[in-house]
Amino acid sequence: MTTATALKSRHLLGIEELDAGEIELILETALAMKEVAGRAVKKVPTLRGRTVVNLFFESSTRTRMSFELAEKRLSADTLGMTTVGSSVSKGETLSDTARTIEAMAPDMIVMRHASSGAPHQLARVCKASIINAGDGTHEHPTQALLDAFTIKERKGRLAGLRVAIVGDLLHSRVLRSNLHLLRKMGASIVVCGPATLIPPGLETLGVEVTTHLDDAVTGADVVMMLRVQHERMHGLFLPSVREYFKLFGLTPERMLLAADDAIVMHPGPMNRGVEIDSAVADGRWSVILEQVANGVAVRMAVLYLLAGGEET
Amino acid sequence: MRSMLLKNVHVVDPVASRNGRFDILIEGGKVTRVGRDLPVGDATVVELPQSCVVTPGLIDIHVHLREPGQEHKETIATGTASAVAGGFTAVACMPNTDPVNDHASVTEFIMKRAAEVGLARVYPIGAVSIGSKGEQLTEIGELHAAGCVAISDDGRPVATALLMRRALEYATMFGIPVIDHCEDPSLKGDGVAHEGPVAAMLGLKGLAGAAESIIVERDISVAEMVGGHVHVAHMSARQSLRAVQTGKERGIKVTSEVTPHHFVLTDEALRWHGGYDTNTKMNPPLREEVDRVAMLEGIRDGSIDVIATDHAPHHADEKALEFDRAPFGIVGLETAVPLCLDRLVQAGVIGLARFVELLSVNPARVLGLPGGTIAEGSPADLTVLSPDTDVTVHAASLVSKSKNTPFDGWTLKGAVAATIISGRPVFVNKELQEVVRAFAVK
Repeated sequence: MTTATALKSRHLLGIEELDAGEIELILETALAMKEVAGRAVKKVPTLRGRTVVNLFFESSTRTRMSFELAEKRLSADTLGMTTVGSSVSKGETLSDTARTIEAMAPDMIVMRHASSGAPHQLARVCKASIINAGDGTHEHPTQALLDAFTIKERKGRLAGLRVAIVGDLLHSRVLRSNLHLLRKMGASIVVCGPATLIPPGLETLGVEVTTHLDDAVTGADVVMMLRVQHERMHGLFLPSVREYFKLFGLTPERMLLAADDAIVMHPGPMNRGVEIDSAVADGRWSVILEQVANGVAVRMAVLYLLAGGEET
Repeated sequence: MRSMLLKNVHVVDPVASRNGRFDILIEGGKVTRVGRDLPVGDATVVELPQSCVVTPGLIDIHVHLREPGQEHKETIATGTASAVAGGFTAVACMPNTDPVNDHASVTEFIMKRAAEVGLARVYPIGAVSIGSKGEQLTEIGELHAAGCVAISDDGRPVATALLMRRALEYATMFGIPVIDHCEDPSLKGDGVAHEGPVAAMLGLKGLAGAAESIIVERDISVAEMVGGHVHVAHMSARQSLRAVQTGKERGIKVTSEVTPHHFVLTDEALRWHGGYDTNTKMNPPLREEVDRVAMLEGIRDGSIDVIATDHAPHHADEKALEFDRAPFGIVGLETAVPLCLDRLVQAGVIGLARFVELLSVNPARVLGLPGGTIAEGSPADLTVLSPDTDVTVHAASLVSKSKNTPFDGWTLKGAVAATIISGRPVFVNKELQEVVRAFAVK
C-alpha cells in the first residue's frame, strides 16, 4: 500500500469513499498534528482566514468539542449551530438549510445529523467541504479514523490484527465506519451482539458474526465496545440491563480470553455496568482516554487535508 | 367526428388472436371493423410508420391522482395528461386523497372532474374502510353504484384479517375485487428501505420482504375461506410471488401486479449519485436482485397478471427532505411503457402479445373494465407504440405535475407514438414526425 499525497474528494462523508492510501495519509498527518498538542502554544496558523461551521442537528458534546478544539488549534474561524431535530421541524427543507448556510460562504461544514445520508444529500448542493460528524446509523468517519490511529499507536499496525466489535451493532454508525476502515486496512473483524441488534446481511460483508462474547473476545488484539442506548434496554430489543450485562458486559474475567496485550476501546459515552465493567474501563487494557486525545489530532488532520493540505 | 381508417397497421391484440397487419376502421368514436383491405369510404386514411404497433388502449390500474386535496402534487387534469402521454387510455385511481374516497360524493367528484378534463378514462377505487382507518366498512354498494371499480385502503394495508374477510364477503355482492397494499405494520415499523445488506450498510431502517408476504398469505387464506377476489397491489418480494403462485394453484381468486421499478431496479440504486436520492424511496422498497429476478419470472410465467405503475407524485419540496423523512413514492405513468418495452420486450423476457396482456387485457379483466381488446362496436381506445424509437427520460419535461423519478437521464428503447381515446388522438409524440403527420387533421 502506498500512502496517498492528497484526498480525492473535497468532502469526508464516510470511510466507504476512502481508499487505504488516503486512510494512511490521514493517519500520518494526524501524527504530525498530535505533536502540536504537546507544545506550550497549541496553535498553528494553517487555517487562518478559513471559516468552519459546526452544524449539529443532533446533540453532541464530545465530538463537537473535539472538532472545535481541532479547528481552533488550526486557527480557523469557527461558528456553531445546534438545532436538534430535522430541518423539517422548522418548516425548512434540508437543502434550504444548506443554501442558507452556504450563502455565508463557509469553507467547511462539520455536520452531524440524526438521518443517515443527510451529509451526502447536502454535499450534492453545497460548495463547501462537508465533514460528516455522524449521520444517523450510517457512518462516523472521524471516530473510525481516531480508533485506527489509537490502535496503530499501540500496536504499530492494523493489518492482521483481530478486532472484536461488541454491542448494539444495528444502531451503530461507529461500527459501520470501523467495518469499512478495518477491512480496507487488512484487519480481521469479529462482531458480536444480541441477535436482535445485528443488522441483517452483515455476514455477507466478510466479517465473522457471533452472539457469544467469549468467542468474540478469545484471541482478540482489540476489543471495541459499542454503546447501548438506554431506550433499547427494555421492550422488544432487549429484556433487561441485567441480562445484557450478563451476556454482553465486558468483564476482567472475559478479558483474560483476549491476547495478552489486548486493548479495550469505547467511543463514549460509556454505560458503566451495562456494556463494560469499570474494572475494564479503568483497567490496564483501556485506551479510552487516549482515543479522546487522539480525536483532536485526527480531526485536525482531516480539516487540514480537506483545506488543501498547504504547508503548516 | 370524422371517420378514420388505420391502414395496414401492425395490430397486437391477443384476445382477438391478432398479431399482424390489419386495417382498423373507426367511426363515431368506435371501432366498426377490423380486417384486411377494408374499403376506405369517406374515412380519413391514417398510414403509420411500418415499425409502429397498435394495441388495445393500455390501462394502469394503480395511480394516485391526488385530487381532491393534494393538488400541489397532481390533479386529475395533470395526472390524466401524464397518463395519455404515457400511452394509457384509462387509469384506476387510489382512494387515499383528502378527503379519502370513502363516500359516493367523492367518487362522483372524481368522475365529474375526469369527464370535464376529457383525457384518459378514470376509474375510481373506493376505500375499504371509512377514512381508510381500518375500523368501519364504507358503503361499498354506494361507492360501486357511483362508479368505483374496486375497493382498497392503499397506502395502508387492510388493517386486520377480520376486515379483509368482511370486505371480501361484502364486495362479492358487487363483483369487485379488494386490492390490498400488503404490509404488516408491526414488521414494517419505521422501515424506509429493503431490509438487507445495502440498508444495513447505509444505516437505513429495514423493511423486510416478509412484511409484505405475511399479509399476502393472510389475504389468500381469507379468500380461500370466504371466496371473493383479492388483488395484491405492487408486489415486490419473492416470498409474495410464491404465495400468489400457490394460491392460484389452489384455485383461489388471487391476482397480482408489479411496478416497472420493482423489476428494473434494486436497492443498489440507493447508492447511486452519491447515495440517498429520495427518488429511490418508495413503498414497497426497491428490493434485492433475487426479488427483481423473481418478479421477471412471474411476468414471464403468468403468475403476475398486471403491470401497474403506482404513480405516486410528490412535490419537489417534499422529496428534498432527509431520506428517512421524505415521502415514499415515484411517478410512473410516463416511464412505464419505455421501461417495459426496453427491459421486457427488447430484452427478450416477453413478446409484444404478453406485453399487451400485462398492460391492457389483464388490467381490464382484474377490474372488470371495458377494453383490453380491439372489438368491433367498442370505443376506439388504442395505443400506438414505436418499439424501435429511443426515448430519453427528462424528469423536468414530464407532463405530470411532479418530477420525482429515479429514471432521469435514462435512454430506453421503446416509445409511445400516440394515444387514441374514442377515436380521438389525445396524445401524439412530437418527436415522431411521421406519426404527427399521420394524425394531422387533413
